[in-house]
Amino acid sequence: MAYSDKVLDHYDNPRNVGSFDKNDPQVGTGMVGAPACGDVMKLHIKVGADGVIDEARFKTYGCGSAIASSSLVTEWLRGKTLAQALQIKNTDIAEELALPPVKIHCSVLAEDAIKAAINDYRAKQGAAPHTDESPVETLNAATAG
Amino acid sequence: MNRPIYLDYSATTPVDPRVAKKMVPFLFDRFGNPASRSHSYGWDAEEAVELAREQVAQLVGADPKEIVWTSGATESDNLAIAGAARFHQGKGKHLITVTTEHKAVLDTMRHLEREGFTVTYLDPEPNGLLDLEKFTAAIRPDTVLASVMHVNNEIGVIQDISAIGNLCRARGILFHVDAAQSTGKVAIDLDTLPVDLMSFSAHKTYGPKGIGALFVRRRPRVRIEALMHGGGHERGMRSGTLATHQIVGMGEAFRIAHAEMAIDNERARALRDKLFAGLSALDEVYVNGDLQLRVPHNLNMSFNFVEGESLMMAMKDIAVSSGSACTSASLEPSYVLRALGRPDELAHSSIRFSVGRFTTEADVDTTVELVTRNVRKLRDLSPLWEMHQEGIDLSKVQWAAH
Repeated sequence: MAYSDKVLDHYDNPRNVGSFDKNDPQVGTGMVGAPACGDVMKLHIKVGADGVIDEARFKTYGCGSAIASSSLVTEWLRGKTLAQALQIKNTDIAEELALPPVKIHCSVLAEDAIKAAINDYRAKQGAAPHTDESPVETLNAATAG
Repeated sequence: MNRPIYLDYSATTPVDPRVAKKMVPFLFDRFGNPASRSHSYGWDAEEAVELAREQVAQLVGADPKEIVWTSGATESDNLAIAGAARFHQGKGKHLITVTTEHKAVLDTMRHLEREGFTVTYLDPEPNGLLDLEKFTAAIRPDTVLASVMHVNNEIGVIQDISAIGNLCRARGILFHVDAAQSTGKVAIDLDTLPVDLMSFSAHKTYGPKGIGALFVRRRPRVRIEALMHGGGHERGMRSGTLATHQIVGMGEAFRIAHAEMAIDNERARALRDKLFAGLSALDEVYVNGDLQLRVPHNLNMSFNFVEGESLMMAMKDIAVSSGSACTSASLEPSYVLRALGRPDELAHSSIRFSVGRFTTEADVDTTVELVTRNVRKLRDLSPLWEMHQEGIDLSKVQWAAH
């Protein structure tokens, strides 16, 4: 398996590895995947009072592409509103890391982790979970509130 | 170029320089066809082939007349199993083998099933060894052949072929053994072993690739049907011009193995044990296969809470084999480890280290340091390791399917 330079860079120097206190109301946790499938991603986001993601951290059990996908999104999430974060698509991740077709599922998992982390945060804040049908505007309003 | 440290001697070995030296003249100066009976070129080549046959026979306690040259252990397995099964199908069409056999055996068995044979595939015990009672229970009145490998290629465990052979002999069943991984590692004496057919390969024992042999017992005589038809070479069992230089290489490699087996094994065991001791300092590592009934140069270990492919990425400076074939879209854990009942996660994160004649202590030290550092790094990255440290039982977690 030949890995792209970007995947190798994230694998060798993973960004933002770690965890926050998952009981902190400002922290959203997204845990996706299963050990039997070969990937488990845990994404933590810390959301400021202004609804902007201050920091993101990850831990991933998975192949180099899964590690790189989650490492990359922690960089991308920083400074984004939740609405902006939800606009990160797996195709963006796959393109940035030049993932081969057999590794596209790693980027899908990273996108799922973002959604799961945001939904966890929203649940803590008493908001309804985001679904793919929720218009972004509504969500903007909700997070702004 | 700084090449990775080679710890994959169970996959193949370099040709010993002494072997290469013996082979070279037969490519040019002494190029005759051993089947040429009318001139000295042919006689010279034939003499070299027959010397090699004696050298191979000597390592395994056979008569040279019982050695049939083939292209390697895969061909030997095909010839032995299909050849014997087809020849004796009038007696019965039931065959017995083990799920952890090499694919050359398993796929031949599958092929024979399509020809109307019935095959029983026995699972080994969790330590990789065959339970003799289960083997006995699988024997039927129409069983004609059983095939059990001597040493497993992935986990290195040594089956009790003497006991299995005795069970077969008592019931008139032919017994084939794939010994590709055992020559030069385990003493083989076919003079006393109740084995009818045995497959050998040169390139696992410091000989060249592309050459192997099949032992076909003469007393009592074992009959097989040829797969390769033509000039009637090898007493009709395997036609085709003999590859003199390859055969000379195999002979010399087996001669050296016979002479140096004790030294080789002592060295390999010391290196393997050092590797094992070094890696055992890590938590949550598991040896796959019995550690005692095992060839001295093999160590197969699983590193829990680390994913297999990322582990292999970390192994880029060491040439080893993974228990996980991540060549395609789906990760396929090793069928051998699965047959031992290892969970998929552990099968995926397994590494086969196999040391050999040219491995140094420094190689082992570097490997221990590198593996330890990378397993720790990957565990720092692993949410499963974190959960394990927190005391969470991962088998009880409801994982979101994806």
